[in-house]
Amino acid sequence: MTTMTYLQAISSALRDELRADERVLVMGEDVGVFGGAFKVTDGFVEEFGGDRVMDTPLAESAIIGCAVGAAVVGMRPVCEMQFADFISCGFDQLVNVAGRMHYRQGLAVPIVVRLPSGGGFSGGPFHSQNPEALFMHSPGLKVVAPSTAADAKGLLHAAIHDPNPVCFMEHKHLYRRVKGDVPEGVFETPFTARVARPGSDLVVIAYGAMVDVALEATSDLEGASIEVLDLRSLVPLDEDAVLDSVARCSKVVIVDEANMTCAAGAQVAALIAEKAFEDLDGPVVRVATPDVPIPFSPPLEQAVLPGVDRVKEACRELLNY
Amino acid sequence: MATDTAAPAPETAGDAAHLQLADRVELLRAMLMMRGIEERAMSLYRQGKVPGSFYDGYGQEAVSAGAAFAMAPEDRLCILHRDLAAHVIRGVSPTRILSQYMGRAGGVTRGRDGNVHFGDRELGCVGMVSMLPDMMLVATGMAMAFKLRGERRCALTWFGDGSTSRGDFHEAMNWAGVQKLPVLFVLENNQYAYSTPVNKQFAVDPVQRATAYGFAGVTVDGNDAEAMFEATRAARERAVDGGGPTLIEAVTMRMHGHAAHDDMKYVPRAQVEEWRARDPIERQEKRLVGAGVDVEAVRASVSAEIQAASVEALAGPMPSPDDVLEGVFCTGESVPLGDGRAPWSGFAGEGDA
Repeated sequence: MTTMTYLQAISSALRDELRADERVLVMGEDVGVFGGAFKVTDGFVEEFGGDRVMDTPLAESAIIGCAVGAAVVGMRPVCEMQFADFISCGFDQLVNVAGRMHYRQGLAVPIVVRLPSGGGFSGGPFHSQNPEALFMHSPGLKVVAPSTAADAKGLLHAAIHDPNPVCFMEHKHLYRRVKGDVPEGVFETPFTARVARPGSDLVVIAYGAMVDVALEATSDLEGASIEVLDLRSLVPLDEDAVLDSVARCSKVVIVDEANMTCAAGAQVAALIAEKAFEDLDGPVVRVATPDVPIPFSPPLEQAVLPGVDRVKEACRELLNY
Repeated sequence: MATDTAAPAPETAGDAAHLQLADRVELLRAMLMMRGIEERAMSLYRQGKVPGSFYDGYGQEAVSAGAAFAMAPEDRLCILHRDLAAHVIRGVSPTRILSQYMGRAGGVTRGRDGNVHFGDRELGCVGMVSMLPDMMLVATGMAMAFKLRGERRCALTWFGDGSTSRGDFHEAMNWAGVQKLPVLFVLENNQYAYSTPVNKQFAVDPVQRATAYGFAGVTVDGNDAEAMFEATRAARERAVDGGGPTLIEAVTMRMHGHAAHDDMKYVPRAQVEEWRARDPIERQEKRLVGAGVDVEAVRASVSAEIQAASVEALAGPMPSPDDVLEGVFCTGESVPLGDGRAPWSGFAGEGDA
């Protein structure tokens, strides 16, 4: 075990893969000489060269499209969107070319798209988005969202080994705030949920940065036993783990940092309504960002992002239901 | 970079220096196969046996036949919807093509996708998507991988005049130019994007843009299969030698509507008639008759093959809805594209051919 930050864990996974597999290639804007906007690939170009840690033109559609082309002739490209928000410029290649390929033609597209996502630091409307639900709605894409350093590394290894396009949602706010023990070497974290803290009175279901918010909000809630379920993977969604938690706890709060409407949590809520109605002991409660662009100024941003207080309040109300 | 923007000379004979007589017959055969399969498919469409719509490349057969003929087995192709001859050359059987049009289980996509949206992965081809020209970037990425690995191969994709307006065209041209990639861009300028004529699509002949992106652009008579072959052969040679991409503008004419429903009344009749006189198949036949080839025999053998394929395809089953949810994800190992057929005599003896 080594203690590392979430960001170091991502770097470590990339470095291990580049060392182990010559098919692996990192490509994106400023990932080479500069080491990436967040320094995830700092020092890579010295070890692996500019061909395998490729500074690309500022062209997100080209980054995804060229990755698809390289993948179908045997490479394992890992693309970096400088910010998850910028995937809008590469969305067509991701959704229509990469995501539809295997179903249409039986041709696998082993690419990973790393998407530094999320808000909390005055990034404003175009550097704070959580676009994961857009990918969930598009068949053929897998979507994972780690909340811990160990999962960041293990999920990235698994994503790179996966023969399908995987959207890797890495939360920018966790990069240097989250630290943890990470196993040595290459290991895969399965695309399944994880019980972050077991409990029996209520379960908070979350992923990404909201897992820490959920843990903090429920660490001492008048002695109630609160479970926190970290989804880790949104596609595939670990339905069994969700239903298990609901059966155990009977009360559910679902937290999304993404905008409320049709968010990942909406899918989880629908799943529970369909398959666990009899297990419920109260309404399914959702906490999410309202349907507004993420504002820039700190008091405005804090007013919309789900925080510890809102989650705590939602849990209290539901416990008293 | 030299950019040849000269207007196509319709009467120019292709440079046949690299073509043996059998190659020239093969080019004719591929074009006849394309026209014959598409005519058969159109009649199946009118009989209600081809669902959706139907798109053909009548009059443009030389563009895909000539370009695909210059590609080696280990090269990779992203094929557009008016380029059926490329599939034929790579080795997709007429039965599978007709089954594809009819949405049958025996089609290349097993009914998953329609009409010309297919590419046989085992033959090194990727099927197009409707968003054009997305495949320019995929081809660019293939070429990027070839260059990275130091392989002597190239990628080729076709796209239309309308595609030159979209961002992916520019992103692909720029990326390929910056990285000097072994990729060939075949711009199929057939004068109309659906109903929009080229004078509403661009202010400069797009072949000139190659210079702006730092590589060679050449205009070719797209109704001359041998000229298309020669331009592509030369571009391929340059590409695999490290000379970078080439934009090949094939000037041609879409002789039918955008799809089966389109009567193309927006096209002046005189324009159609003018191009009818430049039919690529007639031109190739004339040459071969001059060279003593029994062209009627070639026609008869192609017709017989299509007739047999049609019977076989019609007898094939529709796909079962039982597995309609399967295949969204790859659950095994990812298998890269395989090698295609490459009938040009120039590849014989190169090992893969």
